[in-house]
Amino acid sequence: MSSSSAFNEEKGGSSSVGEPEYGHDPASGGIFSSDYKRHDDLKEMLDSNKDSLKLEAMKRIVAMIARGKNASDLFPAVVKNVACKNIEVKKLVYVYLVRYAEEQQDLALLSISTFQRGLKDPNQLIRASALRVLSSIRVTIIVPIMMLAIKEAASDMSPYVRKTAAHAIPKLYSLDPEQKDQLIEVIEKLLADKTTLVAGSVVMAFEEVCPERIDLIHKNYRKLCNLLIDVEEWGQVVIINMLTRYARTQFLNPNINESLLEEGGGGEKTFYGSDEDEDEDEEEKEKKAEAAAMAKRKPYVMDPDHRLLLRNTKPLLQSRNAAVVMAVAQLYFHLAPKAEVGVIAKALVRLLRSHSEVQYVVLQNVATMTIKRRGMFEPYLKSFYIRSTDPTQIKILKLEVLTNLANETNISTILREFQTYIKSMDKDFVAATIQAIGRCATNIGEVRDTCLNGLVQLLSNRDELVVAESVVVIKKLLQMQPEKHSDIIKHMAKLTDNIQVPMARASILWLIGEYCEHVPKIAPDVLRKMAKSFTNEEDIVKLQILNLAAKLYLTNSKQTKLLTQYVLNLAKYDQNYDIRDRARFIRQLIVPTEKSGALSKYAKKLFLALKPAPVLESPFKDRDHFQLGSLSHLLNAKAGGYQELPDWPESAPDPSVRNVEVPEWTKCSSREKRKEKKVEKPFYSDSEGESGPTESADSESDSASGSESGSGSEGSGSASESEESGEVSVSEEDEGEEEEKKTKKRELKKAVQESESEQSSEEEDRKHERKMKQRKSDSESESDEEEESESESSQSESDDSESEAEVRKKKKAAESKPPSKPVKKETKKEKKEMSLLDLDDFEPAPSPQVTPVNNLLSNSLVTDLEGLSLSEAVLSPATIAPSSALKSYELLHRITGEGLSVEYCFSRQPFSPDANMVAVQMQFTNSSTSDTKNLHMEDVKLQSGMRVKDFPEIESLPAGETATAVMGIDFCDSTQAANFQLCTHTRKFFVSIQPPVGELMRPVFLTENEFKKEQGQLMGMNEITEKLTLDAKCRNEHAIVQRVTTAANLSRVPCGSDRECRFAGRTVTSGSLVLVTVATREEGAAQLTINCEKMVIGTMLVKDILLALTQ
Amino acid sequence: MINSLFLISHSGDIFLEKHWKSVISRSVCDYFLEAKEKAGDPENVAPVLQTPHHYLISIYRGKLFFLSVTQTEVPPLFVIEFLHRVADTFQDYFGDCSEVLIKENTVTVYELLEEMLDNGFPLATESNVLKEMIRPPTILRSVVNTLTGTTVFAEIQGVIEACVKLTGMPDLTLSFMNPRLLDDVSFHPCVRFKRWESEHVLSFIPPDGNFRLMSYHVSSQNLVAIPVYVKQNISFLETGSCGRLDITIGPKQTMGKTVESLMVTIPMPKSVLSVNLTATQGTYTFDLTTKVVLWDVGKLNPQKLPNLRGSISIQTGSPKPEENPSINIDMKIQQLAISGLKVSRLDMYGEKYKPFKGVKYVTKAGKFQVRT
Repeated sequence: MSSSSAFNEEKGGSSSVGEPEYGHDPASGGIFSSDYKRHDDLKEMLDSNKDSLKLEAMKRIVAMIARGKNASDLFPAVVKNVACKNIEVKKLVYVYLVRYAEEQQDLALLSISTFQRGLKDPNQLIRASALRVLSSIRVTIIVPIMMLAIKEAASDMSPYVRKTAAHAIPKLYSLDPEQKDQLIEVIEKLLADKTTLVAGSVVMAFEEVCPERIDLIHKNYRKLCNLLIDVEEWGQVVIINMLTRYARTQFLNPNINESLLEEGGGGEKTFYGSDEDEDEDEEEKEKKAEAAAMAKRKPYVMDPDHRLLLRNTKPLLQSRNAAVVMAVAQLYFHLAPKAEVGVIAKALVRLLRSHSEVQYVVLQNVATMTIKRRGMFEPYLKSFYIRSTDPTQIKILKLEVLTNLANETNISTILREFQTYIKSMDKDFVAATIQAIGRCATNIGEVRDTCLNGLVQLLSNRDELVVAESVVVIKKLLQMQPEKHSDIIKHMAKLTDNIQVPMARASILWLIGEYCEHVPKIAPDVLRKMAKSFTNEEDIVKLQILNLAAKLYLTNSKQTKLLTQYVLNLAKYDQNYDIRDRARFIRQLIVPTEKSGALSKYAKKLFLALKPAPVLESPFKDRDHFQLGSLSHLLNAKAGGYQELPDWPESAPDPSVRNVEVPEWTKCSSREKRKEKKVEKPFYSDSEGESGPTESADSESDSASGSESGSGSEGSGSASESEESGEVSVSEEDEGEEEEKKTKKRELKKAVQESESEQSSEEEDRKHERKMKQRKSDSESESDEEEESESESSQSESDDSESEAEVRKKKKAAESKPPSKPVKKETKKEKKEMSLLDLDDFEPAPSPQVTPVNNLLSNSLVTDLEGLSLSEAVLSPATIAPSSALKSYELLHRITGEGLSVEYCFSRQPFSPDANMVAVQMQFTNSSTSDTKNLHMEDVKLQSGMRVKDFPEIESLPAGETATAVMGIDFCDSTQAANFQLCTHTRKFFVSIQPPVGELMRPVFLTENEFKKEQGQLMGMNEITEKLTLDAKCRNEHAIVQRVTTAANLSRVPCGSDRECRFAGRTVTSGSLVLVTVATREEGAAQLTINCEKMVIGTMLVKDILLALTQ
Repeated sequence: MINSLFLISHSGDIFLEKHWKSVISRSVCDYFLEAKEKAGDPENVAPVLQTPHHYLISIYRGKLFFLSVTQTEVPPLFVIEFLHRVADTFQDYFGDCSEVLIKENTVTVYELLEEMLDNGFPLATESNVLKEMIRPPTILRSVVNTLTGTTVFAEIQGVIEACVKLTGMPDLTLSFMNPRLLDDVSFHPCVRFKRWESEHVLSFIPPDGNFRLMSYHVSSQNLVAIPVYVKQNISFLETGSCGRLDITIGPKQTMGKTVESLMVTIPMPKSVLSVNLTATQGTYTFDLTTKVVLWDVGKLNPQKLPNLRGSISIQTGSPKPEENPSINIDMKIQQLAISGLKVSRLDMYGEKYKPFKGVKYVTKAGKFQVRT
């Protein structure tokens, strides 16, 4: 209360000051003083100490701004509060500042320091909002400050701040275009950002600042395609539109061959033939030439990046946002092979049930599409039926679409529908309908007579507008074959008595004049009547009367000479100069005089030349040279800032520009791995003894030969195969269009999407957990079994060669250790882990083929166990260590396989035919007595999304020989098993490969800074931390690195601190980063941190690495 | 992108303006007002207008025009969709999107607009992001079916509106008894597309509050059962200035559920002067200016079918209207989704508590028009 009374006093005070000043001019003074008074209280409130008063004042000021009232004189009072602690007040002050800073530049500078402080705030929201307001203040002096702020924000930890930076770029650009080059640098940097939050905003900035720098997109193209589905809706629209343009410059026209085919089967085009042939002749020829040239060169193969774009945008057709749907639709229209464009029709038809504004825009675009691709909307014909409640503009657009869709088969339905429309009360719509009937009649020869008859019936309609419109349309139709329809012309001539609409009268008169020979008796009479009413006619009618008179004079001068003279005389004194001119012109032409003799000879030719029938064509024809969905397309005129849609290139630019440096990091990592191997040896050699080297040499030569042969064959195969697969996919696509169900199925197979792996990973997570529990309880017994089985096999093998047997024995001894000496179990993590992982392979494959084998095994196990326990003294856990870099798993046991045994390992080499696949190296050993032939795989059963690249068939494997082959499996970033049948010429074996989570990634090389930055982006839910105590043998850096890299295919990241080891990798399918940090403390305490977008992968990896480090 | 936004009342009063870039004088609206004058009916104003220096893109919602001004190329649907989102947000915040409410809440409106766009590019348009409020853990879900049908063409459009009030990050899976029924669907961005494609279940982590989870379409191939039938007889006498009207409505395939809020509107030809009708149930009104007969029937009683009959008088001298008026029917059926779509179950993962779940089915007539 006290404040309000003080405030009243102040009010009184100000008025007493104000009155004498403005008293001189009461008229303006009255207004000003009240304004002045009110603002004065506001100033007072803003200066007070109470936030509530300030808030109230700001609310009133903002309300003034909203209403468009000027509040600029309050600037000094408001700007003082920019540093106000109250967030509500602050927000409103910002609103005010942004509105008036441009007008009060000097005063606005007072606020800058506050924002500069805000930019350094630890809270990301405050940093962002400071940048937002700072960049919104349109004051040229602060351009350098803004530039600096943007640059800094572009490398901020928080993606939200980086997004704000992207928003600020176009603001600065519009303020000072000179900054373009620097801004492009920032854009380039932000384009490389991997967060979905930033992607949309930075592409927006790109579009506003440097849409011509298409080269900046190359490296980010695939990333943008892959991120697209997770970007917010508005960003999606901008990105899709940009990528459409990009694709037009980088890929080849997918319809290049089809346009050739179309040319051959021209019959299909009859409908549009009439109006398109002439215009498009040149274009078609060009196309033909081009296509012919192309066809000679080679069959069209779609660039995989082109396919990627189409595939990744398709699900967005289901978006709730009409703009997104439209963006995808236009992308498909401009970029997709003809056979695939159809998918957009359903989505666009769905938009027709939205708000009328949305309908309006969509119908415009559909109208353009229906001209080029009529077929795709034909099934939805009824969706374009008109409701009496539709607004007129919608009705007319629907009519346009219906007309475009009309063909021989559906014309009767459409005409029946039109019949209903003619009865509508909306006369503009009726007129449009009659025009539409006219267009159908000209385009479809079969119905021309029906339409004409219908229109003639309309001539007796009570509504004059209907009649008039019909006359105009009939006139156009009659021009096509006048000789047949003289009775209609007669009928129309009679109408001149009744019809008053000028356009209709003019049309009738023109018709009679043009075809006066068909109605020789009536024509002069009509002229007589018209001469009588000439002075009262509208101008267009008068002009046609003159034309009629001239034509009759030329054909039938005997009867009409005087009438013509009379009309010409009337026209000579008409008020309208056009009519006077026309009369003078006609008189000179037709009436022979001495002066104009030369021309009058040609008068007949001039007036009665054969005129081509008018072409009734859609106003939407050829509008598709504008990018659909754009404002320019809607207006059919280039809007400011519109980027032309480029024509397809003749030959595709180098596709390798889009390659991101994948090879480099593979090299790096493999080099690192090698280093690590070298490191391993000395470490393990201490405890290893003589057996170590032989074993390691074995495994190395194995892996080397495997990879060589594998990559060699793959390399030669890939060139031919990639082309093939391209073709196959195209043809598949075609079929798929015809049958939707097929498409769905195919997609299931094809799709490699995050979402899917996410959901599946959930179940998997549970499965995994279950497994872990089981493991804990059964670990001992089961691991026993495992080891036993292995040892059994090795023993039997030992028959073959003695030296090997020796080595094996030692190995066996090592393996037998855990059951007999559980105390020492910790020291043998390698073996332990292996057995655990093997479990994974066995568990999910309870197929009948496997179970009996287990029984078989266990029978012989007993004896083996006995033997093993004897040799326990020779233990050396590291015997297996070198080979553990490439752990091998059993795929097919010798006994099950009837002499054929198969082992596989994850070779950790990039799988060259498909970077998204994990390379699995298989070693086939034929220990039977006969040759095994035609080793190949069949009947692959996969979880959705997963894919497999078969290994090349091994034609023959002689007895006692060993062969290796490499296959690729895309596990879709999940640890689900790939099940398939391994076939020989005689038998089939059900086998399954399940990857440990650590094999689902590939190493990436990161610098320390990059690592920190990426880690900063993967906080919160994406981070998993676990405390652990390191195994006694694993307390130095080498050991940790070795164990982690064994457990997971990661590469080491250099690190300044010696207490920390960092590792980085990416998941093979989705390329999500996996960052691992092991920080060591005193006495073996350590902390393991994993940052990964894919939480399931993260949790599983934590468990695996934990196991590796603690045992 | 969007430079400025003007809110214009039905009568042409500009009552709110907001600029995201340099200020554009409100005189730019004159072009729009001129077009509006010309169009007569506000529905007929072209959504996109070109002026010498600007492009005006507008929508008409709740008797208000939302007029945005842009200077450069921008996808028109982008702006239109955004403007509708603005209107939706107002509706969400104030319960309705009307001039009075917007004027009352100018400051909130202004703050909302400030948040929704930055430099003309949408920033935050999600209701839950804008609200940033935490709610108690309850969940109520309703399936609303809308039926559209004419004697010529019938189709079902439906939406699933969700109201989610769950803490944490619940991961929900909603499955249907008969998902094959759905012909065409569109989703809220939280729904995982791939999961739908592969399993036909809706898997999503919901935002808080009310939102439209999905809208769907059941095509005319799956026969649409129209729940009511209409027997009508409207005739105008050739001579004389009167006509007769007789309408009876009866239920048809309502699965034992009652049809509620039955409402019949008949836009009469302009030449109709007055009507003299009697309704066996409900009340009817005749609006003299718009010439619309509105018959509020209420509940449909299958034993005693509602009937409206009587005479129509036409201006003397004016000819017999050529087209009989079409009859528009509005109704609601509780606890029935005419499409036959049924929710089978809703599961929650990721959180430990037990949510309250509920489903409500409603059928509404969309644009049920009977051509006579």
